[in-house]
Amino acid sequence: MKVVVCVKQIPDPNTTGQLDPTTHLLKREGVEVVLDPGDEFGVEAGLQLVEAQGGEVTVVSMGPERGVDAVRKALAMGAAKGVLISDDALRGSDALTTARVLAAAIRREGFDLVITATESTDGYTGVVPQMIAELLDVPAVTFAKTLEVDGTTLKVKRQTEAGFDLVESALPAVVSVTAGVNEPRYPSLKGIMGAKSKPLDRLTPGDLGLDGAGGGTAGQGITGVEPAPQRAAGSIVKDDGEGYKLIADFLAEKKVI
Amino acid sequence: MAVGKIWVFAEVAGGKPTPVALELLTKARSLAGTVEAVAFAPDAADAAGDLGAHGATTLYAGTDPLWGELLLGGPAADALATLIQEHQPDLVLFGMTYNSRDVAGRLAAKLGVPVIANGLDVSDADGVTVHSSVFGATLNVATRFEGGGPAIAIIRPKSFVAEPSGGAAAAVTQVTSPIDEKHKASRVTDRVADVAAGPKLEEAPIVISGGRGLGDPKNFELLDRLAAVLGNAAVGASRAVVDAGWVPYAMQVGQTGKTVKPAVYLAFGISGAMQHTVGMKGAKAIVAVNRDENAPIFKLADLGVVGDALKVLPALVEELQRRRS
Ligand SMILES: Cc1cc2nc3c(=O)[nH]c(=O)nc-3n(C[C@H](O)[C@H](O)[C@H](O)COP(=O)(O)OP(=O)(O)OC[C@H]3O[C@@H](n4cnc5c(N)ncnc54)[C@H](O)[C@@H]3O)c2cc1C
Ligand SMILES: Nc1ncnc2c1ncn2[C@@H]1O[C@H](COP(=O)(O)O)[C@@H](O)[C@H]1O
Repeated sequence: MKVVVCVKQIPDPNTTGQLDPTTHLLKREGVEVVLDPGDEFGVEAGLQLVEAQGGEVTVVSMGPERGVDAVRKALAMGAAKGVLISDDALRGSDALTTARVLAAAIRREGFDLVITATESTDGYTGVVPQMIAELLDVPAVTFAKTLEVDGTTLKVKRQTEAGFDLVESALPAVVSVTAGVNEPRYPSLKGIMGAKSKPLDRLTPGDLGLDGAGGGTAGQGITGVEPAPQRAAGSIVKDDGEGYKLIADFLAEKKVI
Repeated sequence: MAVGKIWVFAEVAGGKPTPVALELLTKARSLAGTVEAVAFAPDAADAAGDLGAHGATTLYAGTDPLWGELLLGGPAADALATLIQEHQPDLVLFGMTYNSRDVAGRLAAKLGVPVIANGLDVSDADGVTVHSSVFGATLNVATRFEGGGPAIAIIRPKSFVAEPSGGAAAAVTQVTSPIDEKHKASRVTDRVADVAAGPKLEEAPIVISGGRGLGDPKNFELLDRLAAVLGNAAVGASRAVVDAGWVPYAMQVGQTGKTVKPAVYLAFGISGAMQHTVGMKGAKAIVAVNRDENAPIFKLADLGVVGDALKVLPALVEELQRRRS
């Protein structure tokens, strides 16, 4: 089985992000970057599938040159091959441009299953997976809490507002996995060493038959950025054994009891 | 581009539109002269009354029984693309829900137009602009659509308050284009609900949430007891405890969970990470109990109690019982 996992490098989510005041793009200079923790679940899901069924995991990423570290981490976890698409003109790409570039790269690799996270930790638009599916003309089975492949059928517990749906889909397909779908492995030392000799294609949009900007159009622009108003400070008290009374009084004052 | 016509994509279950559809219609009314709704479900037409009462004059309804069995994204994007070509709305609004996100993403890719997600407001001063907040709601960002139409925006639930317009039931136009064979390759074979009885998290006037600070899954019982004595409360959770398997995902509040705007939000043993607070900072009042006086949740709290949630909770339940009797 051929599994392609989309992975993205993002600013360390433990730091507060910043926008460049003039370009309004996410500041990436001088910021620690990591493989999006959400994508580790995707890599792990792909590895578990091919370990059970045979086949290979290829990871595909679009991003700046140093995004190669995120791809290497996925290779160290056990993926067989990496693809990184970079171009200055792709900076600040919107979801559709990203999806076009990724879909072109995935088509070039060939696939039975594409795995993504449900949303990226830095951008969290959460529409790239569905767009990739549309461009590849396959089903998008999104928000998977569990997944298994039975022959040529994908079976998924799909998150819903109230619980979950059981979904069955033919392959090829795109599936997006939620956090907690599995326990991502840590790369072993052997994995880290081995990653260095695994195939890694560095491509430009041109190599995929797209223009430098990935076929994107300037369909949206940021017109304003301002600090959000913060809540006024409240009263913070140490519990002296009677904190519960303060809460009961507060609820009474708000007329909810 | 001035918005003349806005469409609201409505999810319908049991003949009822989801609350976010009514919220979006209310907003759409204030922006455009023509407001219409689109829904795909076997019983979609039954929603014409509610949708009309919130401002939709027409409901484009796909009522093939298959809509109840398929994943919504693929076939709904197909049908919408055809309808959009014919009727030319300027803006299509979606709620930030699992199914609507699927439809909006596929539709945008099909039409080759941008989509702006995670919106909290939409305006039309100088072109359609979506307002959202980033980095744990520390920055507000305005993004304007600049290409050709239609503009596609995905708005978080609870961004607007639904208000009836007093309008008549929407006129139903049946969507007759058949569902393409290829979409039958994926099917929903069963639907499972795992939320507790009592008021829904999104609708309860009081939300009581617990986090990792409760120490053990069985301590969530304390929150259930507090909810029971309050009567009008629902229990929520942080992602840390959902990921740890203590409680189902349906209870998660935050960026990747539900957005709640209750009259009072009570947080027990929750640190207040920004991905959690985006989902609850719209509450009218916030109470937090945390052992750590430096916990970020105290920055939002109207009343903060620095102490052990496991001591405060049982005492609070008893106190409320006492006051009740
Ligand atoms: C992409 C992404 C999306 C996310 N989405 C969400 C989301 O939707 N919702 C969400 O909640 N999180 C989300 N998170 C996770 C978030 O960043 C935090 O990790 C999470 O909210 C922490 O949960 P917590 O407060 O329960 O746990 P912790 O951060 O571990 O906090 C536990 C708190 O309990 C206190 N405590 C300990 N013992 C006691 C006691 N006896 N009495 C009182 N207090 C005590 C501690 O002082 C501490 O402040 C997301 C993260 C990412 C990266
Ligand atoms: N630049 C990218 N490179 C690789 N994968 C991506 C990229 N952007 C998004 N994805 C994938 O799509 C998912 C959803 O992203 P988003 O729609 O941006 O929230 C991510 O979690 C990734 O799996």
